[in-house]
Amino acid sequence: MPVRHTLFAATTMSIVALAIAPASAQTLRYANQGDLKSLDPYTLNESTTHAHIGQVYEGLIARDKELKIIPGLAERWETPEPTRWRFHLRKNVKFSNGNPFTADDVVFSADRVRAAGSNLQTRIAKDAKVVKIDDHTVDFILTSPNPILHSQWDTWYIMDKEWSEANNAAAPTPAAATSPSFASLNANGTGAFTIESHQPGVKTVFKANPNPWRKPEHNLKEIIFTPIGSDATRVAALLSGEVDVIEPVPLQDISRVDSSPNAQVLKGPELRTIFLGMDQVRDELLYSNIKGKNPFKDIKVREAFYKAIDIELIKTRVMRGLSTPSALMIAPQLFPLSRDFTRPKLDPDGAKKLLTEAGYPDGFEVTMDCPNDRYVNDAAICQAVVGMLARIGVKVNLLAQPKAQYFAKVLKPGGYQTSFYLLGWTPGTSDAHNVLHDIMGCRDDPKSNRGEANLGGYCNKNLDAIADKVLLETDSTKRDLMIKEAFEIGAKDFGYIPLHQQALAWGVSKKVKLTQRADNQVMLYWATKQD
Amino acid sequence: MLAFTLRRAIQAIGVMIAVGIISFSMFRFAGDPVNQIVSLDTPAAEREAVRKSLGLDDPVVLQFARYFGNAAQFKFGVSYQFRQPVSNLLMERMPATLELAACATVFAMVFGILMGVYSALKRDTWLAKVFQAVSLIGISLPTFLIGILLIYLFAVVLGWLPSFGRGDVVRLGWWTTGLLTVSGLKALIMPSVTLGLFQMTLIMRLVRAEMLEVLRTDYIRFARARGLTTRAIHFGHALRNTLVPVITVAGLQFGSVIAFAIITETVFQWPGMGLLFVQAVQNVDIPIMAAYLLMVSLIFVTINLVVDILYTVVDPRLRSTLRRPT
Repeated sequence: MPVRHTLFAATTMSIVALAIAPASAQTLRYANQGDLKSLDPYTLNESTTHAHIGQVYEGLIARDKELKIIPGLAERWETPEPTRWRFHLRKNVKFSNGNPFTADDVVFSADRVRAAGSNLQTRIAKDAKVVKIDDHTVDFILTSPNPILHSQWDTWYIMDKEWSEANNAAAPTPAAATSPSFASLNANGTGAFTIESHQPGVKTVFKANPNPWRKPEHNLKEIIFTPIGSDATRVAALLSGEVDVIEPVPLQDISRVDSSPNAQVLKGPELRTIFLGMDQVRDELLYSNIKGKNPFKDIKVREAFYKAIDIELIKTRVMRGLSTPSALMIAPQLFPLSRDFTRPKLDPDGAKKLLTEAGYPDGFEVTMDCPNDRYVNDAAICQAVVGMLARIGVKVNLLAQPKAQYFAKVLKPGGYQTSFYLLGWTPGTSDAHNVLHDIMGCRDDPKSNRGEANLGGYCNKNLDAIADKVLLETDSTKRDLMIKEAFEIGAKDFGYIPLHQQALAWGVSKKVKLTQRADNQVMLYWATKQD
Repeated sequence: MLAFTLRRAIQAIGVMIAVGIISFSMFRFAGDPVNQIVSLDTPAAEREAVRKSLGLDDPVVLQFARYFGNAAQFKFGVSYQFRQPVSNLLMERMPATLELAACATVFAMVFGILMGVYSALKRDTWLAKVFQAVSLIGISLPTFLIGILLIYLFAVVLGWLPSFGRGDVVRLGWWTTGLLTVSGLKALIMPSVTLGLFQMTLIMRLVRAEMLEVLRTDYIRFARARGLTTRAIHFGHALRNTLVPVITVAGLQFGSVIAFAIITETVFQWPGMGLLFVQAVQNVDIPIMAAYLLMVSLIFVTINLVVDILYTVVDPRLRSTLRRPT
């Protein structure tokens, strides 16, 4: 699968960028709800953190504005054999301290990202060998074929070997660090910006890299990032012009921002899919009035739940129009065949009939677990679901909690203590296999990590078998058909109830032009600001 | 006197230990810190490793003993979120909180006393009635609402004051101050008013009531009979006698101003210890939560101890009861 970097496209793009960029360099102020906790790119595998650090560091590949894979620090790559990938590195690239970027840095970063304490260990398989061929060529030798080896490498940032070793930061800063690490407070990357100062939880200042290898598309000299946790304050700061970009804008404030003279909201579909799951493993539900059996083991009950949910009502009332109802457990941007799927029609009467057939003519009682500070209007969605299920006679007791308590209860370390829950998932690999493996895979094998995020334990061995084949298939057309087959199995089983993809909402000053990418990473190297 | 001080100091240590035990037992309900440290799709084995390295697998009693052993040596551990020593983080954030608390207290004292005196002396004027109404608002409106209203009015509509942060700060040794720059001073106004409003109304009402009381006493009447000017009577004699309880209350309230700065700091994104604490609660950052609670209890205990000792110095009657055998 040779990928050629089209030099022509890059040149055109940079000329266009130069043409629109105003002459004077600007300071852009940016506020996010969340914080930039560590500058070490391997400490936390989370998209907001990756976006921040991505202003400074770069990966071998990059993703463009449509999330397509494009060359990054590697200018091209090929797979001479299915288990050997060869990456040709870009020449004349320098880290911000002046050190040249070479194959040694890639080999070093590959070891560091897989070392104990890294939260990104899955970026490269433990048994893969990383071999330096010459200063600008690196081979990755795998034990089994992996067509999506590089799909997550846009956020596997390459670090400078010399700098890391000189500053005692050759090992990744573990999440549970007992002493402060140099790399968590300082950065040395090849990207569009450098770190001028970093006060965690208070303020981080980025300066434009004076010698970038890529022609800048931005016209900024400086980015000042402040975390502002309070929704009202963040919106007020945007409206008063003290900050230029905020993420996110709360749904209830969108019309207010849009009607203001100096700012607007950039909206778009996000990659995260919000869905409902049901415990299909236990012989008796933990939280229900039905004793001695588990109603969710009956496919009719799951189908009834699915058909009782009025997704359009959730969209118009709860999400204020800012959601895309989904028939699949993955966003359409990440799976081209998703348009072949449709949600079963809303049918409360049919749902009631199904419940009667399943032996619950009067419905039953179940507790629903729901976070209330994790996804857009998460607790309100759950409340709507409670009302909709009440119409078919199911009494749902809602337990909506902050994410800290919610995740402690429902995830694997908490013992999957839930009967019925709401969760959101973005495949970290931007690929369907991740969903088939982590969310829809059987979790009955204690030795495997398949299905670890499958909190309800939905299981169909046929689906697992296809998922395993998907992992090895290198022909993308065949691969997509296989993925489609697997999702069809999941849909037929009513293993999950997908709800929607929530919308992105960024508040942007009218002086600023910014590209919004569907993975919700605010990439300020695509921002231009007028005087 | 020494015995008394010692006794109170020992009691203070007892209070601190009690606070430590209560807060530590509550952390178990705050959630699982590991979930906040790693991402959702982290494999279980990796989660286990993190859990073990944090010592979260040990029995609660052992965790508690270890924590107190370290805290006694002023070692408060490393924050789960920031991977920095908690004591550094607290020291870095402390100037912001202390400066805010001090400004809020000064604001509350100055305006509270002025408004209190005015409304006591000119009880029936319209301005005094306005002050009374303002004080009702100050007592009954919650802090965060006042903060948001102020932000909306002065930052969004009028655009006079910044809506968040500390502005530019100047570093003096380990202390950072916003008092020396224009943007720093501007940034201080709204948070100080928000935080001090409750204390201001309290002081105003106290001064008004005390003043009315004092003006009715005999020595004021005699002073009038002696032909002193009204100004000398009001400010030289009446106000001075009113201030003793006011200072006591303001001193005691300083502790709660620091402690309740949490809400004001959250609304204004003020980079102080309160904001640090709120973020720590959301992220189950136990080392920060524990250290903050201990520190706040230390502040309260110290203030109370000092006040107790000062009382005995100021008031001879208390000293005599101390000397009497029990």
